[in-house]
Amino acid sequence: MKEHVFDRYLRPEKLKTMWCPGCGNGIVLQAIIRALDESGADPDKVVVVSGVGCSSRAVNYLNTCGLHTNHGRPIAYATGVKMANPALTVVVITGDGDCTSIGGNHFIHGCRRNIDLTVVVVNNDNYGMTGGQYSPTTPLDAMTKTSVYGSYEPPFDVCELAAGAGATYVARGLTYYPVQLKNVILNGIRHKGFSVIDAMSDCTSLYGRLNRLGDAPTMMKRWEEKAVPLAKARTLPPEALAGKIVYGEFVRSDARREYTEKYAEVIRRAQEV
Amino acid sequence: MQGDRILTGNEACTLGALAAGMNFFAGYPITPATEIAELSSELLPKRGGTYMQMEDELASIAAVIGASTAGAKAMTATSGPGFSLMQENLSYGMIAEIPCVLIDVMRQGPCQGVATVPAQGDFMQSRWGTHGDHPVIVLVPNSVSEAYTETIRAFNLSEAYRTPVIVLSDATLAHMSEKVRIPDVSELTIVNRKKPTCDPKDYLPFSNENHQIAPMASFGDGYRWFVSGIVHDDTGFPVTNRPEAIRDSLDHLLGKLRDHLADIESYEEYRAEDAEILILSAGLVSRSAKSAIDRARARGVRVGLFRPVTLWPFPEARFSALCARAKTVMTVEMNGGQLAEVAAKYVDRDQTLRPVTQNDGTIIRAETIFDAILEVC
Ligand SMILES: Cc1ncc(C[n+]2csc(CCOP(=O)(O)OP(=O)(O)O)c2C)c(N)n1
Repeated sequence: MKEHVFDRYLRPEKLKTMWCPGCGNGIVLQAIIRALDESGADPDKVVVVSGVGCSSRAVNYLNTCGLHTNHGRPIAYATGVKMANPALTVVVITGDGDCTSIGGNHFIHGCRRNIDLTVVVVNNDNYGMTGGQYSPTTPLDAMTKTSVYGSYEPPFDVCELAAGAGATYVARGLTYYPVQLKNVILNGIRHKGFSVIDAMSDCTSLYGRLNRLGDAPTMMKRWEEKAVPLAKARTLPPEALAGKIVYGEFVRSDARREYTEKYAEVIRRAQEV
Repeated sequence: MQGDRILTGNEACTLGALAAGMNFFAGYPITPATEIAELSSELLPKRGGTYMQMEDELASIAAVIGASTAGAKAMTATSGPGFSLMQENLSYGMIAEIPCVLIDVMRQGPCQGVATVPAQGDFMQSRWGTHGDHPVIVLVPNSVSEAYTETIRAFNLSEAYRTPVIVLSDATLAHMSEKVRIPDVSELTIVNRKKPTCDPKDYLPFSNENHQIAPMASFGDGYRWFVSGIVHDDTGFPVTNRPEAIRDSLDHLLGKLRDHLADIESYEEYRAEDAEILILSAGLVSRSAKSAIDRARARGVRVGLFRPVTLWPFPEARFSALCARAKTVMTVEMNGGQLAEVAAKYVDRDQTLRPVTQNDGTIIRAETIFDAILEVC
C-alpha cells in the first residue's frame, strides 16, 4: 500500500489533537503538510517554528524538526534558525494574536528583512487558547470575552500589514477552500523571501458561539458569501466589498534581495578586506 | 593574534567569544555594551559568521537560541533594561536546555538609571530574573583578562551543560584598558556540545538519567527532534498531567548543575585562610578590596577576601567554611547590599555582618574599604 502523505508528516502517537470539534486548525495543518510534500523539501531539513496558542500547537503533531517557542516570538527564533543554516526550509505557524499583537514587532521586521521564512498566520479572529478574547484582527463590533458590548478596536488586515512592511509574498487563503489554501502555502514555501499567508480559519467553540454564527458547517458556509477572490474583487466597486474578505495572492515579487543571500554577500565583502 | 594586547573589557569579551567559537551574535545596541555588538559585526563576517541587529532584546535572545538549535555557538550582549527584556526568552533557553551566552554589562540604577556608569545591581536579577524556578550559571570577571577567559569559560559551560550562561561585566570594566595575554589557540580548552550518534529513531534529546547531559542534535542533521518551552519528557514533548514527570523534568535542571559543582564553581581567595574579617566581593570592585586588605594586613589586621568568579551557583561550601572562622563578614558591593543578603545565610548570631555598599556610579575606593575594616576590627 502506498504511504499516505499524512503518515510521512504526522506523529501518530501525538494524536489526537487538542483542538475543539469543528476548529479550522486541522485544515490548516493538512494544507501545510500537503504543501511541504509538494514542495519536495526533505523533512529532515524542514524546521517548523511556532509560538503559543491553539494554532501553534500544530508543531507538536508534525514529524519534522520542531521548535515550539514563546508567545509572539516564533519569527525571531526562526530568524536565528534560518541564519544559522540557510539551507533549511523554515515554516512558522502562528496565531493572529501571536503574530500581530505580542509578536507584531517581530512580524514587521521579518517582512522588512525579507528573510526566507514562510509564515502561516492562522487567523481565527480571536485569542483561542486563553478562551476567546479580542485580538488585533477581531472585526469591529464582534463579540468576544473581553468585548461583551462589541469590539471597539479597528482590526488589522494581516495582508496589508505584511505588504506595507515589505513582505515579498503575501496571500490569503481560507480553510473553506483547502486546495487554494495549500496552493498559496506551497507558493510561499517556494518563494525565496519572506512569505505571509493569512489563513482564515474558524474558531467554532468561542468566536463562533459568542457571535451566534451557528455550528461548524454553518460557519464554514458563510465564507461562500463573505469571501471574494482577488480577481473578482478587482472588478467590484468598494461598496460591494464592505464586510467581505478578499482572498488570493496580493504580492509576489522578486524585486528585493532575500536576506540570507544578501548576508552571504556581506561575508564575501568582509573577507575581501 | 596571540601575545600581549591592550584591550577593553568589551573587546576582551568579544575576542574571548570568538576564541571559544562564537559564530552567531544577535543584539540590540545599548550603553555600555554596544562595543561588543560593533566589534562582532566587524569580525564575525570575516570568519563566515553572522551578526544580526534585531528589532529589540526579546528578538535578540530569541534569535540566539534559534541559531543554537541549528548548531551555532551564539551570544548576545546587553545592559539592564535589555537584560530585563531578555528574561522571558532566557527562560526558554533554560527549560529547553539550549546553550548560549549572554553578557550583561551592568550600569547604574533601575530603568534608564545612569547609562554610562558602573554598578552591580543585577546580581539578583541574574539569579532570579526569569519566572519559574531554575538554577543558572553566572560568571563575574574582575579584570579585562578575566573578561576574556571567563567569556570562553561561559561558552564551555554552556556547551557542556546545555544551558544559557550569563557573564556580568560593568560599565567600567567594559571600557577600561588592560593588558591581556591572548594564548595560542592550541593552549585553549574549547568545549563543544556532544552530538548524538545513535539511530535517529532512538534519539532522546532530553534524556536526563543521573543528570547526565543529553547529546544535542542540530536542526537539519537528520534528527527530527522537537524543542519546546513546555515541561517535557526525555523525548521533548509536553508532559503536563503527570506530577512525577513534571518533577523529574524540573529536577534535572537543578541536578545537572548540582552534580557538577566542582567543574562549574570557581572562586579566588586572597589572604583568607586565617581571616577574622572575611570580605565577600565580586567583579571589579574586589580589586579595591584587595588593596584595602594589603594595607590592613600591614597593620596586623587579619582580613581576607573571598571572591566568587562563579557567582551562581554560589560557591557556598568554601565560603561557609571560611565564614565559620571569621568574626566579621563584610561585603563590598555596588548596590544596596545584595551580597549581604547572600552572606546573611552563613553568618551566626555571634558574628557581625557589615555590608559596605555604594550606589553612586563610582567604584568603591580602597580607602573606603580600609576605613570600614578599621571600624570593625
Ligand atoms: C507572554 C505571554 N502572554 C500571554 C500568554 C497567554 N496566551 C497564551 S495563547 C494566547 C493567545 C493565543 O491567541 P492566538 O495567537 O490568536 O492563537 P489561537 O489560540 O487563537 O490559535 C495568550 C494571550 C502567554 N502564554 N505568554
